[in-house]
Amino acid sequence: MFKIVSKQKLAPKEFDFWVEAPRIAAHAKAGQFVVLRVDDNGERIPLTIADYDKDKGLIRLIFQVVGKTTAAMSTLSAGDCLRDISGPLGTPSEIENYGTVMMVGGGVGIAALYPIIKALKGAGNKVVTILGGRTSSLVIMKDECRKYSDELIVTTDDGSEGMRGVVTEAMKMVVERGDKVDRCWCIGPSIMMKFGTKAAKELGLPIWVSLNPLMVDGTGMCGCCRVTVDGKIFFACVDGPEFDGHKVNWDEFMSRLRQYKDEEKISMEKFEAEVGEQTWL
Amino acid sequence: MAVTFSKQKTPIKEQDPQVRRSNFEEVCLGYTLEEGKIEAGRCLQCKTKPCINGCPVKIDIPAFIKCIREGDMPGAAEIMDKYTNLPAVCGRVCPQESQCEGLCTVGKMKDYEPVSIGKLERLVADWKYAQKDIAPKAYAGEKKGRVAVVGSGPSGLTVAGDLAKMGYEVKIFEALHAAGGVLIYGIPEFRLPKKIVKMEIEAMQKLGVDVETDVVVGKTITMQEIMREYDACYIAVGAGAPHFQGVPGTTLNGVYSASEYLTRINLMHGYEFPKFDTPAKKAKKVVVIGGGNVAMDAARSAKRLGADEVTIVYRRSLAELPARIEEYHHAVEEGIIFNWLTNPTEYVDDGEGKLKGVKVIKMELGEPDTSGRRRPVPVEGSDFFIEADCAIEAIGQGANRVLLSTFPELKLNKKGYIEADEKTGATSVPGVFAGGDIVTGAATVILAMGAGKDAAVAIDKYITEKKAAK
Repeated sequence: MFKIVSKQKLAPKEFDFWVEAPRIAAHAKAGQFVVLRVDDNGERIPLTIADYDKDKGLIRLIFQVVGKTTAAMSTLSAGDCLRDISGPLGTPSEIENYGTVMMVGGGVGIAALYPIIKALKGAGNKVVTILGGRTSSLVIMKDECRKYSDELIVTTDDGSEGMRGVVTEAMKMVVERGDKVDRCWCIGPSIMMKFGTKAAKELGLPIWVSLNPLMVDGTGMCGCCRVTVDGKIFFACVDGPEFDGHKVNWDEFMSRLRQYKDEEKISMEKFEAEVGEQTWL
Repeated sequence: MAVTFSKQKTPIKEQDPQVRRSNFEEVCLGYTLEEGKIEAGRCLQCKTKPCINGCPVKIDIPAFIKCIREGDMPGAAEIMDKYTNLPAVCGRVCPQESQCEGLCTVGKMKDYEPVSIGKLERLVADWKYAQKDIAPKAYAGEKKGRVAVVGSGPSGLTVAGDLAKMGYEVKIFEALHAAGGVLIYGIPEFRLPKKIVKMEIEAMQKLGVDVETDVVVGKTITMQEIMREYDACYIAVGAGAPHFQGVPGTTLNGVYSASEYLTRINLMHGYEFPKFDTPAKKAKKVVVIGGGNVAMDAARSAKRLGADEVTIVYRRSLAELPARIEEYHHAVEEGIIFNWLTNPTEYVDDGEGKLKGVKVIKMELGEPDTSGRRRPVPVEGSDFFIEADCAIEAIGQGANRVLLSTFPELKLNKKGYIEADEKTGATSVPGVFAGGDIVTGAATVILAMGAGKDAAVAIDKYITEKKAAK
């Protein structure tokens, strides 16, 4: 059992937990994730480790409510426990001094981007961070990302903060104004990563994405998370989750994400019938 | 003297095929004590005891059978406990036809079937777990040392149980959220009820074995940390990484590895969705590729999830089928279709990223390969199409690299498995032992147990000698 020590609501449907998991905190590195199970009848879902505190033995999990399991998780409070957490899983991000890095994030993907920003800043990079969302209040973790970035650019679809538009426009702006970008990361909804990759291609930039396919065990035992990268099959849970965005077969990846759409709906409807209106979201 | 007992094994009750094909309950219902006595009466109690040689953990088979015949079940259980920590499991899943029963003297007589040793072992184990007052005796003296076991499959459990009985403090680290390895995530409920596995593991915990789940060694803790904190370590992480044939369309929705398919059903209770959160996809027409026990398990599970048609595609013929013959018969009774000498060449897309069917080709058997089996060769122009909305590849598994990649000191063999001494399990790193599928490649539960048994003796010797030298 893994105890939740604090809970915060970051945005509508987005929550921030710090959880007691000393072994995981002691070994976690930027870019890694955990697989967790809420309760005995629960499914195993992957979540990125958004931060960790080795001294206190804590890890930070930031998630968005998208279905039954995340909805059930959002009903938990500080003091409650998660049944299982396994990790840190996956291959850590390649942290080096590249020069200037462009870090692009959106939605709950910002939580996955944050530890990489922190590590890259620690390695001496100049960090230009672009965070995007539909509206200002949905762009999470701005202050924390700003702390480890040389520059933070916010984009909003409705213009309520920063640049009006989407992250790819900010990517172009940074290159066009003359910044020499040595490497990018883009983490967010799959459609954003796909278009972020397309923009990077046009700008001639290497780009790394963190894929979030369906997973079961998360340790290379089943192949549920397989993705095609550069024409070859890889298991995102052990070979990734980060891959060269230019080599990812995006259409296949997005199609595989939809595989259990019907079952996910059944599960959510059953949960809603049990808990009633979800006023806390 | 004329032999007066039945030529055939005493019949055992099974669930009716028409009923069981739509439930996940155990197929074989086991002997009653009376039936067990009758079957035990078929044992000749021969002096040569060839059956024992066929058992990788060398259970004194005639001795426990004699107890059953005399109605002394506690005596039978006590004998069994000396040799095995997982009798309820082995009685159910061992391929006895090629082990103990394959060497039985009765079976050598013309027209006679061997004694049903596996079913008798199961009877004793099930009887034992039904008794509330028979608690395993934990070692009472001072602990002789600390041993870490990586992996809680049959090999790890055996080593842990034996070392606990010898007086060691044993800690098992398991990556998944439940202990048992393939017994929990791989072998389905209808062959091996999970409550049986849980009972055997609980019995081991009463012996003093500590099991910590959610620990991926190499990630959650490192081998270096384990070697600092423990006197010795046994690696039994199995061969769980699935192979894919790699034919076009492998990443289509509806194509699974048997590992994923069975993990969803067994470990995650996918057949009880939405009571349990993990879905197991219900399909109408299923094609399973492979001929081992895993293929049989996947096919029979698909049937139980409600598939109208389940076809097994195997590139060799019935004579080469690696699956247990009992399970093949069960599959046939449940209506599984077999396509011999057939191999897939492509998974066909329905245009929306979902599987529409499998293109296959007929094979013929050519010259024997290095393994001595005749190699299947495609017959030019014999392609045909099998409509399917689900395909499951059960073509074998390999070594999981997660631990091995973080422990470069450990010497591996050409196939990527751990190089370990055949008799002791000792590896290239002193104090680190290994056994089961991570050494041999995918094999049987009982072989993994046998390796664990030998390693327990070797680990005891290693620690005792190391302490004496100090």
